[in-house]
Amino acid sequence: MSTGKFWGVSFAVAAALLALTRWQIHNEYFYFAGYVVLQYVVLATAWNILGGYTGYTNFGVGAFFAGGAYTSVVLHKLTAVPVPVMIVAAGLVAGVIGFGMGYLTLRLKGVFFAIATLAMAIVAQTLIVNWDYVGGSRGIYIIRPQQAPVFGGYIEYLFSLMLAVSWVAVAIARTVERSRLGLGLAAIRDDEQAAEAAGVPTLRLKLVATTLSGALMGMAGAPLPYYVTYLDPASSFNLSYAVNSVAMPLIGGMTSWIGPIVGAVLLGTIQQVATVTISSALNLLIVGLLLIGFVIVAPNGIVGLVAARRRAREGR
Amino acid sequence: MPPTAKPLLAASRLAKHFGGFVALENIDLTVMPGERLGLIGPNGSGKSTLVNCLCGTLHHDSGTIAFDGRRLDRVPAYRRTRLGLARSFQLPKPFRTMSLVDNLRIPLLYAVNARPGVHLAAAAIEERALALLAEVGLADRARRLPRDLTQVEMRKLELARAVASAPRLLFADEAMAGLSPSEVEEILGVLFRLNEGGITIVLIEHIMRAVMSFSTRLVVLVAGHKIADGAPDEAIRNPEVERAYLGE
Repeated sequence: MSTGKFWGVSFAVAAALLALTRWQIHNEYFYFAGYVVLQYVVLATAWNILGGYTGYTNFGVGAFFAGGAYTSVVLHKLTAVPVPVMIVAAGLVAGVIGFGMGYLTLRLKGVFFAIATLAMAIVAQTLIVNWDYVGGSRGIYIIRPQQAPVFGGYIEYLFSLMLAVSWVAVAIARTVERSRLGLGLAAIRDDEQAAEAAGVPTLRLKLVATTLSGALMGMAGAPLPYYVTYLDPASSFNLSYAVNSVAMPLIGGMTSWIGPIVGAVLLGTIQQVATVTISSALNLLIVGLLLIGFVIVAPNGIVGLVAARRRAREGR
Repeated sequence: MPPTAKPLLAASRLAKHFGGFVALENIDLTVMPGERLGLIGPNGSGKSTLVNCLCGTLHHDSGTIAFDGRRLDRVPAYRRTRLGLARSFQLPKPFRTMSLVDNLRIPLLYAVNARPGVHLAAAAIEERALALLAEVGLADRARRLPRDLTQVEMRKLELARAVASAPRLLFADEAMAGLSPSEVEEILGVLFRLNEGGITIVLIEHIMRAVMSFSTRLVVLVAGHKIADGAPDEAIRNPEVERAYLGE
């Protein structure tokens, strides 16, 4: 399917999903939980552009996600702009953070890069903790409007916005994957030295990947203050965002745009079900157990497992 | 080669140190257009370091490198490839998640298409990649992954990927290591054909039979120093070379 056609078809799928949920589901909790699953679709897809396509493990997800959330807080305090504008602004801010992080850290590789991104998230959290304007360490309350501009309920509105962001993230990831850029990123992932020797401007491409990945993560974080109505550094920079963003593509499959969606929907749904039926404290345990299971049974994720079985059937 | 021809590659007083270890010291090297140059030396003599410095994988500490009259000292590796300086790796480094044809699409997209006035369409890139695979005898494996290849096929893929960037100068770094005599002949055949097609080749190799039959000139490195540079028969009779290879 051509890239243009994919954008159209995926838009139609997202619109149909929205229409179907609006028509069939009237339980607010569905939208509350669905928002989180979609948020992870965006985070996992964004993480995969750098981690899956390029092979650089980013543990600093919190810096981008919270960067987006705090961009919204600043805009909320400065002027009452609509949430979609906040999402775009958060994408720009997080994209700049991504470019900066890339410029400072992309000469590092492997575990050194991963540690540097984690350190960067801690630096960003420390800055927010000491920034009084956005609430500092005590956090900040956001009073959201009673009525959303569309759909009536605010949670339904945020759900539909996150669905739109998910569509954009997935369509961008798929476009990157099938493009010259995607082939270059895959070459970097497979062997950076060989990629450079084949004419691939590795540093430039990695900067594009960090910028794009960071921007999408920031967009995922932008509606968060309106969703939780109370934002503090400890929860918005929580390491669980990074752990989930890494685990979901690993479980779904990292070499294709569909892998992070499969992982996010599967893991996100299990976590939401566990939260209401057992305990939210079990969420990370579930992630850990699933990761161990998949590393043993399907190291290339669900998509990799399906592809391997198909190849075996075709005798290749 | 006319005697007045300008060198394609000229390195002057090249040096590279790793801490206190001298990897290269005062290396002068010229490669003439169309030449088949053999570069030999015992393990640790600096052959691969020299190739890494010339191709931009490593930055040299001092000295100068010029390619076709243009200084390369601060030019990154990918731009050197775009200028026409390609290499194969001592240990093959295929893009393991890509088919063979995709392995070759990378240099065609990023090196060839990046040159001024060149824009190969997707179909032309595919056609060129398949033709190159056919040239090295891998046409029937075009859609396979590198993990399905034998060692000699892996070496051929490595060469084909380097050649896909349409180089003027190719460094073949131990392209025959670990191969049987008949496989060495196969790779030599490929290298001769490439040279006949106009590509200048520097062959870095331990297999003396292959180096002697291929090279029109031989450069010998020992402990980071150049100790011989000349006709192959003369170079290997050089007392210093004999001492380096056979001992006192």
